[in-house]
Parts: sequence; structure tokens; C-alpha cells
Amino acid sequence: MSLKYALFTGCVAKGAGRELLTSTNIVCDKLGIELVEMTDAACCGAGVVSEDNAMIADIVNARTFALAEEAGLDIMNICITCQGVHRKCQVKLARDPKYMARVNEALRETTGHEYKGTVKIKHFGNIMLNDYGLDKLKEAVVKPLDTIKAGAFYGCYAMRPHEYSDLAEPDDPDEMERIIEAVGATPVDYSARLKCCGFPIIMMNKKNSLTLSGNAISSAKDAGSDCVITQCPLCHLNMDAYQPEIDSSLNMPIIHIQQLIGLALGISQDELKMNTHIIRPTGAIAAV
Amino acid sequence: MDSVTFRIFRFDPETEDSPRYQDYEYELEPGVTLLNSLNTIRSKQDATIAYRMSCGSAICGSCAMRANGHAVLACKTQTSELVKDGVIQIDPLGNMKVIHDLVVDLEPFWGSLRKVKPYLQPDTTNNPELEREQTQEQFLLIDDVTTCILCGACFSDCNALEVDENFLGPATLAKAHRFIYDSRDSKTEERLEDISELHGVWDCTHCAECSTRCPTETKPLARIEEIREAAMKAGVHGNNGARHVLGFRETVGKSGRLNENYLPPRSVGFFNIPGLLGLLPVGIRMLMRGKNPPLIHHSIDKVDEVKKIFSRFEEYRK
Repeated sequence: MSLKYALFTGCVAKGAGRELLTSTNIVCDKLGIELVEMTDAACCGAGVVSEDNAMIADIVNARTFALAEEAGLDIMNICITCQGVHRKCQVKLARDPKYMARVNEALRETTGHEYKGTVKIKHFGNIMLNDYGLDKLKEAVVKPLDTIKAGAFYGCYAMRPHEYSDLAEPDDPDEMERIIEAVGATPVDYSARLKCCGFPIIMMNKKNSLTLSGNAISSAKDAGSDCVITQCPLCHLNMDAYQPEIDSSLNMPIIHIQQLIGLALGISQDELKMNTHIIRPTGAIAAV
Repeated sequence: MDSVTFRIFRFDPETEDSPRYQDYEYELEPGVTLLNSLNTIRSKQDATIAYRMSCGSAICGSCAMRANGHAVLACKTQTSELVKDGVIQIDPLGNMKVIHDLVVDLEPFWGSLRKVKPYLQPDTTNNPELEREQTQEQFLLIDDVTTCILCGACFSDCNALEVDENFLGPATLAKAHRFIYDSRDSKTEERLEDISELHGVWDCTHCAECSTRCPTETKPLARIEEIREAAMKAGVHGNNGARHVLGFRETVGKSGRLNENYLPPRSVGFFNIPGLLGLLPVGIRMLMRGKNPPLIHHSIDKVDEVKKIFSRFEEYRK
């Protein structure tokens, strides 16, 4: 049976991280995964809208879930933050049927939609691992990335709090490393792989924010990574777009996990829009 | 019985130059806690291992330490759940200096707590005859946060504290929440103003380490979100964090999608010239790569539905 998902792009993949959307589409097309972009779904709120008005954030996300249910599809997220916020909202509604009824009443009254609670929310990485399968991914690889040493950077919302995580061992996960291995690259273990990138406070405390990113990149570099692999376009922005302000000598390519897979599928760096990154591919990555 | 290797961090800064790990072979018995295991190792193998402990019942908060790199309360953690390939690595809490082995200097933690005036400041002009009463509903607002046992697990693993020792940190913010949401306290607005300063509530990165490590129902991240909600509601908006929330709501409420060209200047403040100039380098870098967000911001399809939700429930708050 072929795989088909409602693609929730999130805001950044339509804005400052368009290469993420491009590479997702091109990789999924190559793998035969059908995507239907949710062009009418609204921003997940990123945990920010809820700090002003949690009810609005929950109604808007319930609407997104309802739209996917109406299409009969599960949701593919390509941003770990969107994924985490969606999953948190889904758990909150499932645990409190009275609140879910209120949210649904509000949703019906304003939009006519109803969230039933059946849709599954998955991140791209989760889909590769559990739905598509790494054995199949390995078969699809035409250009094993055996010269690349890659450090996985998970992104907080993938793991924490554990109650919203779909990783088997959120305190010591290996899901990203298994994907990295499946495309022939060598995963690099480094101390900051589960840390925060600092992006959420880039507008509040830039110094702290960029120190976090810098520490993470340095940690990956010291452990011998040629590149850092991200699952979240916000981590990507902080580590790539701001990298020259952190330390211009780092020169560490930051690669979306879709792009890494794309390279192994024989898709060119240009097609994967890797030339739009602030840190251009260098070393082993450039040589692919 | 299974044999487990306890790899314990050892360091006496007064007599040693650098820390080391010492291995202890331990026969794992079913049902024991990490604290039980350490006590057994200490009594049977090596009485020189230093760590804090007292009640053994998850009340006193003394025995927080790191197991396999993450902060835990030793008396509330089953040893069997920690074994990884036959080994358990034990380290002192993070973000604080080691005094001896697993004992850290908690002064930065206490110092941070003192900054938020962690005591009730009632209105004394109108003292009640007997006591200051609370309804059940009023108490429920602080029910979770009053379970904090000040163990320091959250302080240890907080990512923001790793890069900024002046950040108030999760336990302190939770303590502030406890008085901000206390119906008997009279300094709510003052507390919200103080906590909205630099190194305060808006400097939390949402990494969620605190709530993940918290051994009680305090769950600091949830409390931090509630403080922010209270600050937004009280109109304490004169800072980047609050402006970020307002800008976020404005653009999503209008177009269903974040306008990434609008939000940064909105967050730093449209009249904050140094702040705006600080945004330029990254803006220019992105423009040069064609990575800048589209100059014409497009709404999502059927945006009217989202607009309706925002306008209909604008006033609704928890």
C-alpha cells in the first residue's frame, strides 16, 4: 500500500526555510510517498500563541487535526516544534474530555469542523522509521554517503517532555542515528545532540541563544562531525543563518535530514536547495 | 541477581587536580532505589563516597544527582530502570560546582531563589481577625507548584542556565509563580514586572528539561508558561518576550501564518534603533542567499475561519 499524508508545512518551511519544503517534496516524490499539502491549515502557535490565549491555540490546532481527518489522512510534520505542539495539544484534549467538548463546540460554532481524535501526528523522521521503513530506504539509496560523518541534532520537542515524545528512549534516542546509518553515513555521538539550539529566545536574549547554538556546533565539531543534521527548521535557522555571528571559524554545514536522505537518493545539492544555506556545503558534504 | 557496574564520579577539589570515575560491582536486588544501592555500596565497599541524603521518601529533596547524564532524585528512582549495558553512571548535579564527589555547592540555587522574594507579601493595611482564607479554587491554582521540594534537579539540567548563570532558573520561576498566583499576595504586579526583566521568565528556552527531570508535580515549564500568561493578562508588555507574543498573535490571527518579516522588529520594538540594527546582519545574509521570507506575505487558504476563532475567543483566557 502506498503511503499518503496530509503535509503540515509549518510557517518556516513557507518562509525562511523554504529549502526544507522543497527537499521534503522532492524526497517523498522519489520514495513514492504521496503528500497533500494542508494549504488551509494555520500556524501551530509554536507554544507562543498559547502563552497569550491557550484556548485559541487549542481550537486552531483542533481545526488542523479536523482538516486532516476530513481528508482521511494522518499528518506529516516537517518541523519538530510543530510536531511537539500538535502532540501536546492532542494529549491535552484526549486527557480532558470536557475541555475537548468545549474546544469542539467552539470549533463547530466558528468553522463547522469537528475534531474526532483519530488523526495520527507524525514527524518526517518517524515516518521514515516506522511507516516507510529503513530497509526500504536502504534499498532506495543509490549514492551511499560513506564519506560523511554526521552529528544528529534532535531538537527539544522531539524528546521533551517525555509524555509527548514518540521516541522509544527519549533520554537516549537512536532514531536519527539509524536514519543516518541507513543512508550510508556514519553517525557521530557528541554531548550536545539532545540540547536546546536556543532559537526560542533569539529575540529575547540573543547572547544566550547564540551561545547555546555555538556550544552545540562546537560539540559536534570536536567530536569529528562534517555536518549537523536537524529535524527542525528553527534549530536550522539558529545554527545556520546565525552561525557567522556565533563564530565565523566554525564553518559547519547544517543539513535538514530530508536533504541528507536526498543526497543519498542521488538528488543534486542544487535541487535540494543546499545553496540557499548561509553555510555552504564544505568538505565531505561538498564532495558528494 | 544481576551484577551491575556503578561508575561513580569522584572528586575532592581540596586534594585532587581532576575528577575521575571509580567502578563498583553491585549485585542488583529487585525493588531497590538508586539511594538504596548507593547506601549499600557505601556501607559494604567504600565509606568515602560523598553524597547528600536524608529522608529517603522524596520529601526532603537532598539526594538529587545525575544518573546516566540526567538529573534524578535518587530515592525516587528504581535502580533497575537505570541499567544500560550493565552500567549505571552517577554524576553530581550540573550547573553547580562540586564540593566533594556527588555533593555540589547549592549556593547559586539558593541565591537565585532569594531574588524573587519567596515569601507571602499580603496587604497588611487590612489585616483579618483570624487568618487569610482561600477558596478551594484559589488554592488549586498553586496546588501543583507547592509540591516543589527544592531538590535542584531542574536547576541542574536547565539549558539556559548552562550559558547564563544569572538566569533565574526553573525552580525560582516556579517559586515566583507560587506567589504570583496566590490570592493572598498583594504584590502580583510588582512580581510580574520584576520577573519580566532580563534573565527572567522570558529567557527560558522551552527546552523542557526542567519538567522532564522534576520529581514532583511542580513541572516548572508549565508554571513558566502560566507566569507568561499572567504577565500578558496583566499588561506587562514592555519587553521583547511580551512583544513577541503580541506580534505572534497579531500575524497568525490575521493571516493564519507567521509573518517572519514582521515579527522580529515587532519583538525588539519598532522604535528600538539598536535592536533593529541588530537584526540587519542576519537579514542581509538571508537576502543574499534568497533565503529571506517572501516580501509579500500570503495568508493560508480559508483564513476567515482562523480569523473568526481569534476574534470570537480573543477575550477568553484560562
